[in-house]
Amino acid sequence: MSRSPAPPVRAMQPPSSALAIPAGTGMAEVGDYVAILKPRVMSLVVFTGVVGLAVAPGHLHPVLAIVAVLCIAIGAGASGAINMWYDRDIDAVMRRTAGRPLPQGRMMPGEALGFGAVLAVGAVAVMGLAVNWVAAELLALTIAFYVFVYTIWLKRRTPQNIVIGGAAGAFPPMIGWAAVTGDVGWGGLALFAIVFFWTPPHFWALSLYRSQDYAAAGVPMLPVVAGPEETKRQILLYTIVLWPVTLAPWFLGLVGPVYAALTAVLNLAFTAAALRVRADSTDKSARQMFGFSLLYLFLIFSLLLIDHLARSFV
Amino acid sequence: MAIARGDRERTIRARNRALLAVLLALVALFYGIAIVRMGGG
Repeated sequence: MSRSPAPPVRAMQPPSSALAIPAGTGMAEVGDYVAILKPRVMSLVVFTGVVGLAVAPGHLHPVLAIVAVLCIAIGAGASGAINMWYDRDIDAVMRRTAGRPLPQGRMMPGEALGFGAVLAVGAVAVMGLAVNWVAAELLALTIAFYVFVYTIWLKRRTPQNIVIGGAAGAFPPMIGWAAVTGDVGWGGLALFAIVFFWTPPHFWALSLYRSQDYAAAGVPMLPVVAGPEETKRQILLYTIVLWPVTLAPWFLGLVGPVYAALTAVLNLAFTAAALRVRADSTDKSARQMFGFSLLYLFLIFSLLLIDHLARSFV
Repeated sequence: MAIARGDRERTIRARNRALLAVLLALVALFYGIAIVRMGGG
């Protein structure tokens, strides 16, 4: 799975036009502060965190469960804000991100960094004081991994950026699990693995039809560095790896055979989508696969939640 | 100029209100956490 060409050693630099960011006005509105928390990413993070919390063995007071979910959400938002601060130069170049508050000049860079840093420290501190310190340490690790390992170190240096950096997005269900149990456990690791192996096909499907944007911004995404054919092959390989990974919660006895059967159907559809992407020379299948990948993860975690709840009532 | 100043004041007022709401929510949150933790939750 790692047969892609050797990654560039030095960081790719965005073109000089990327540095032409309008001078900040410092008049960011409330909506801009919400936008830099990446609410759409946050919603998926919160959902996987809630499922981790729900399927973990043990009991957590409902108020503390809400606090744990809130801390996961704010921690994810803080990571997003610091990411937008660091990536403001390349965000200005890409169509998908050019409308963000920093490239538009509505928010000063220092405001975004300060906002993100305060939220990050606050989320970790509240998680530790109110829930437990294992969950707090995992939350701190998640934020640090996303900011330092993915955003600052890997994103502009290697096409494996989202493979390794994807770990940051995979931690939340494990944090939810740790909030209840006080440790990581095999179940927490299984949930982590599902999101970890789902991330590459999800982002590579997007980057297949946004490769010009990434190339213009100097981000070495796999289609930019290795070409679309290699990217499509890697997408297919990851969808195959997802078969045993998504069935791991069943092997561990967390869920029952209904989950296993329905997950097999979802995996069949996801692998079929990857095959369609491989056979299609246009962007259409990649766009469809990107949309379906979101639905796929949502349904896998929904099934985990429903099956677990059904079993606990029987 | 007057319109720009009005916009600026409106933005600042909205930000202040949002900050107040966040602070009140934090007070409620810490109050709830304290009750649960003291109750052995």
